[in-house]
Amino acid sequence: MILALQLSHFSAAAIFAFFFSIVFGITQRNNPQEMMRYGAYCFAMAMGGLFVAGWLMWFMHH
Amino acid sequence: MANTETTTSETQPTAAAVPFTAMAALAPAIGWLIPGAGHFIQKRWIRGLLLLASVAGLFLFGLAMQGKVYKSNTGDLLDILGFIGDLGAGAFYFAARIFDLGGTAITSANADYGTKYIVVAGLLNIMAAVDAYHIAIGKKQ
Repeated sequence: MILALQLSHFSAAAIFAFFFSIVFGITQRNNPQEMMRYGAYCFAMAMGGLFVAGWLMWFMHH
Repeated sequence: MANTETTTSETQPTAAAVPFTAMAALAPAIGWLIPGAGHFIQKRWIRGLLLLASVAGLFLFGLAMQGKVYKSNTGDLLDILGFIGDLGAGAFYFAARIFDLGGTAITSANADYGTKYIVVAGLLNIMAAVDAYHIAIGKKQ
């Protein structure tokens, strides 16, 4: 029997945002301080977009 | 009246030719094969470790969610692109194929998320390999 990890859409998106933000921060900026700031910015934008998209879908559904 | 104009070639420095070193070839190649290794060989230990953890994390989460690992194919365009993305993960992709890990078909929403995780892990690893190249040629510290 294969046990597959089951994640909610929100947690899957949050994990995805966490990992890609780290890579974007490191690869798109030149010094450690800017890397941390840009990584945090990417993560915040991804999570913010997730909430906005979630509410938009809720309003479209109701 | 004296002519004070100067030509643009005198005032603007031209881009210097980048010397192609062994490191410039080795860093992206080894960085693709082993995520983060392109940074390790240039003594960027923390960056390499974070890149390795991120690519490995996404790839392993994808496998745990029974994401599909694409095989070499000439069929649907999206399948071909999926294979190219997966291949970007280097050793993780080859290990997944050798040990037959991941799902063979996308049967649930979670498996679909997992499939995207695996593809994106490969694409992020390509970005990391390019970053290692930029460090090797001195474009980035």
